Amino acid sequence: MSSEKKQEKPAKTANSSSKPSTTAKPPVPAKPTAPAAAKPPAPAAAPPAKKEPEPPAFEKGLADQIRKKFGESARILYIRPLRIKVQVEPKDIVEAATFLRDSMGFDHAESVAGTDYPKDGQIEVVYHLGSYARDDLAAHVIALATRTTRDDARLPTLINVYKSVEYHERETFEMLGVYFEGHPRNDRFLLPEDWADIPPLRKDFRIKGR
Amino acid sequence: MASLEDKFEESKKLGLQIVKESEEDRLMTLSVGPQHPGSGHFRFIIKVDGDYIVYCDPDPGYVHRGEEKMCEYRNVIQNIPHLERPVIHDSNNITYSYSLAIEELVGVEVPRRGQFIRAIASELNRQVYTLYWLAIYGIFLGHSTMFMWPAGDRELFIDLLEALTGARVTHAFNIPGGVRNDMPDGFKDRCIRQVRYFEKRLKEYEDIFYNNPLFRQRTEQVGVLSRDDAAKLGVTGSVVRASGIPYDIRKAEPYDIYNEIDFKVQYMKTGDSYARSYVPFLDMRESCHIIEDLLDKMPESGEVRAKLQPNPKGPPGEAYRRVESGRGALGYYVVSDGTPKPYRVKISVGSFRNILALPYLLVGQKLADMPAIYWSLNYWPVEADR
Repeated sequence: MSSEKKQEKPAKTANSSSKPSTTAKPPVPAKPTAPAAAKPPAPAAAPPAKKEPEPPAFEKGLADQIRKKFGESARILYIRPLRIKVQVEPKDIVEAATFLRDSMGFDHAESVAGTDYPKDGQIEVVYHLGSYARDDLAAHVIALATRTTRDDARLPTLINVYKSVEYHERETFEMLGVYFEGHPRNDRFLLPEDWADIPPLRKDFRIKGR
Repeated sequence: MASLEDKFEESKKLGLQIVKESEEDRLMTLSVGPQHPGSGHFRFIIKVDGDYIVYCDPDPGYVHRGEEKMCEYRNVIQNIPHLERPVIHDSNNITYSYSLAIEELVGVEVPRRGQFIRAIASELNRQVYTLYWLAIYGIFLGHSTMFMWPAGDRELFIDLLEALTGARVTHAFNIPGGVRNDMPDGFKDRCIRQVRYFEKRLKEYEDIFYNNPLFRQRTEQVGVLSRDDAAKLGVTGSVVRASGIPYDIRKAEPYDIYNEIDFKVQYMKTGDSYARSYVPFLDMRESCHIIEDLLDKMPESGEVRAKLQPNPKGPPGEAYRRVESGRGALGYYVVSDGTPKPYRVKISVGSFRNILALPYLLVGQKLADMPAIYWSLNYWPVEADR
């Protein structure tokens, strides 16, 4: 076990020199200006450039609707076949979700996933939204993402827009410590009642012996 | 029928006003589970006013194992055996979408024969799960024949899967890149023979269970979930299809070779417990056709697995892939930071989505209808907890 730990450590320090380039990598800032120009910045990789040469027309149309509505405040992180990821500021998320539901037909949330990025000091929460109402959207999933700071992780809840996020947000609260303002119950759900540690899906929570 | 908002308000009112001392004596708090013989490792707290349920609060988590955290400590191949543990009866489907997501991240294409074998294994496994679920539904309503028959016929498919994968329930058969091994000799004939026998059995199931007047009385018009409410609550699988929304990932977003397979999405419009129990049955019948079609169209020979490097990894990125499992859409959201271990794995399971409907359906119903509603939601406690 300890040898494994040792192996892991050097790898980490070795990585950390190259890490800045990878963590600073989200080539997002460049993106809003021109989606075509956004691909090259992905640093050492020919594969991603090869993978998404030209976004499919239908997805592009959906993304354009979002762009038209929100302009600079919504950043389209990627457009792939059947998948779009949009990142908005926490203050805009309720409005963005309402727009996606009412104007675009994404009527339910499939999952809410929180991801901890200690290097950036941020936690990202991603809502995967699907559609039962429109047949042409059945295969599509929009990922609506937002980021909050790690130290004071607070986000407005989407429960009034999507009823279906109720338990998912509760889970995100206990697993990542993101407090959802306006959610009726930010409390224990899956973890034991006597859990007295940091939220387990944060990266600084380590499994014992690993 | 009251709208969802009304019902929610009503349940909240009833639930939260219970503290009023004058009212408190009327109500009794019951804890269903976690050792209830039918509920599985799951508890829900209900309050009853006489015969009627006025409050319901699901309390999952008794079998939470931290699958998502475990994934961050192992490489993508090592994750397979523990990821199928949440639902061992449907272990091919729960590793299926994980494999799809990893394949997308690593950038590997599964050989055609491998895709067929994968689909066959996942269909067979869906039958195993649905039969197990049906057996429990039978005993939940006191129909012990319906416990014995599916539990016995389940062995048909377990035997087939044992021949195919080498294990009875936990197969670890789907891996990123394809399936672990090819079919044994004579599997095709044996599979067709057993599936045809099973189709005959399904007719008998219908006669003894679904056409049974007692069963119909206990489930028809019990726990009705309207189409709008189903969409709002985001329920999935047989629950959403029973409410009149023909949504099946195999049709909506065909993965692997499902776009070449000819089948119909089975759905009903009534949205009651009967529909929710009948749709999985229809799915089983459709699955039999799918299995025969798959065996028919499968290429005679070829690779079943794409070779991967020892510690497969792709460029940093993320993927969200879904398959249709026995309990509905099963999605994996995988974030990779370019190392062999996933940075974050989120499993979006049907059970966790379906249980949101439980409080809305139970409040206002009689206590005696609780089992019929609860188990019709196609909920698997271990999977929901992950």
